Amino acid sequence: MLRPDREFWVNAALVAGLVMAPAIAALMNEVYFINLSSRVVIIAMAAVGLNLALGYGGMISFGHAAFFGLGGYVAGISAHHAFEESHFLDLIPGSDQMLLIWLAAIIVAGFLALFIGAISLRTKGVYFIMITLAFAQMIYYLAISIPTYGGEDGLSIYVRNNLFGLDTDNPLIFFSICFLWLMISLYFSHRIMGARFGAALTMAKLNDMRLATSGIEPFPVRLTAFVLSAMIASGAGALFADLNGFVGPSMLSWHRSGEIMVIVILGGVGRLFGPIAGAIVFVLLETFIGGITERWQFFLGLILLIVVLFANGGLMGIATGKARHD
Amino acid sequence: MTKAILRIENLHKRFAALTATDGVSLDLYPGEIHALIGPNGAGKSTLVGQIAGSLQADYGQIFLGDEDITTLSVAARAKKGLGRCFQVSSLAMPLTVRRNVMMAAQALTGSSFRFWKPVNNDQELIAAADHAIALVGLQARANDPVSVLSHGERRQVEVACALALKPKLLLLDEPMAGMGSGGSERLTNFLETLKHEIPILLIEHDMDAVFRLADRISVLVYGKLIACGNADEIRNDPTVREAYLGIDE
Repeated sequence: MLRPDREFWVNAALVAGLVMAPAIAALMNEVYFINLSSRVVIIAMAAVGLNLALGYGGMISFGHAAFFGLGGYVAGISAHHAFEESHFLDLIPGSDQMLLIWLAAIIVAGFLALFIGAISLRTKGVYFIMITLAFAQMIYYLAISIPTYGGEDGLSIYVRNNLFGLDTDNPLIFFSICFLWLMISLYFSHRIMGARFGAALTMAKLNDMRLATSGIEPFPVRLTAFVLSAMIASGAGALFADLNGFVGPSMLSWHRSGEIMVIVILGGVGRLFGPIAGAIVFVLLETFIGGITERWQFFLGLILLIVVLFANGGLMGIATGKARHD
Repeated sequence: MTKAILRIENLHKRFAALTATDGVSLDLYPGEIHALIGPNGAGKSTLVGQIAGSLQADYGQIFLGDEDITTLSVAARAKKGLGRCFQVSSLAMPLTVRRNVMMAAQALTGSSFRFWKPVNNDQELIAAADHAIALVGLQARANDPVSVLSHGERRQVEVACALALKPKLLLLDEPMAGMGSGGSERLTNFLETLKHEIPILLIEHDMDAVFRLADRISVLVYGKLIACGNADEIRNDPTVREAYLGIDE
């Protein structure tokens, strides 16, 4: 094992910060800040998902809100049917079990991503950005047009879903669930990027002709990464719906896609812990500057501008002093 | 009579009004270097594209051994043993030499859809890559990123990538281009030994290298092959002198 370098300590500090914040908030009985920490963790997880496509795979998806929101809707619709004791499409009963909901969210989003990716990945550059946006907008308007699930008003989850009989209403317990998920998705990203698949995906991003000339088809590699990326984002979406006790079309909107993208870029494209750094800065700005002025996004824009112009490798590039991973 | 490794039959490719490849037939036998020369705009790159699979021929057929590969993708052809080096180096600049070469070895030694085992500990891959790197004499550079390599060294990496595929033949698109005379000399010597193991279809501008290396030379002008023969035959062919060498000299 190598001696821990600066990047290791930066990563450790980020994770420690994520754990300390809700712990301190709990000691001070500040439920709001525990939930805020959960929000950071969930949004970071969505960004970890996007980072796999955008950062590692070079696929600039402007439609990841579709997967994030879909995860949310799976949670919301499932809880809705469980609450009403009715059936989805008169066929599938609802469930308030998180494990089932996560599984369903990940599978449904995976298939949607397979479909969207199979079409979108035939294009490149700005066309890819636009076509992923177009698909996400279609899902957005679909959600709005279904009154059964709240249409424009969204859908409330009256009772937080269950996991192994834990008290998921306890904000610290819910935070822990989210945190565990974030760590799992980070570890998963780390492993696959270090494996053969990651090597192929990196090459697909850097030079896809080289990949093809090496005897490996770039398209299935990209498509697989896109699907995995969507699955992670949808898991985050399901948690987000449970955190808020609500899911609405805003989770599917292109603003949301943009936010997740901003977080990835802010943190550092293709940096394993970049999404955490990005999500912390994003949510803090949104909460604290947003508390002072509605124009908080001005400051977000300013920071993003500075990072993009002057910091090669995002916030993680600044913190670690290295523009990219070794 | 030995069988051709690569056989191209009556290949045609048109771009609107321009016929870039006009009924080209060509073959490559074990143990030889077959050079393809032609003036600028003769359609060499278009032909290379069709052989490598980045361009689809309008009609005609390409065989690798007995197998018809005309409609296969670039990756499928590479995996079947068509090693290619680009005219302009096409490597992943930020990655090390070894990582670039490992990519080619990866296709040969199993699936790329392995998601868990770290590739950096994959001794089989590393050994295959290091073997190919040693063949081109770049051991000392294996851990350097391609971006810090000289032009000539990048060329060697390209060749190493192609060799890591354990190819049945090599398609070399102007390997000497932009090389110093020393590097060019070294590469020429290397190709001369290599051809006994792997036959080479060489597309090259450097006439000295072509006449020295090639067992056979084909001349492409306006998409058509106007001559094919050994160095002496080509040097003395009047149509070739008129179309090509005359202009150059």
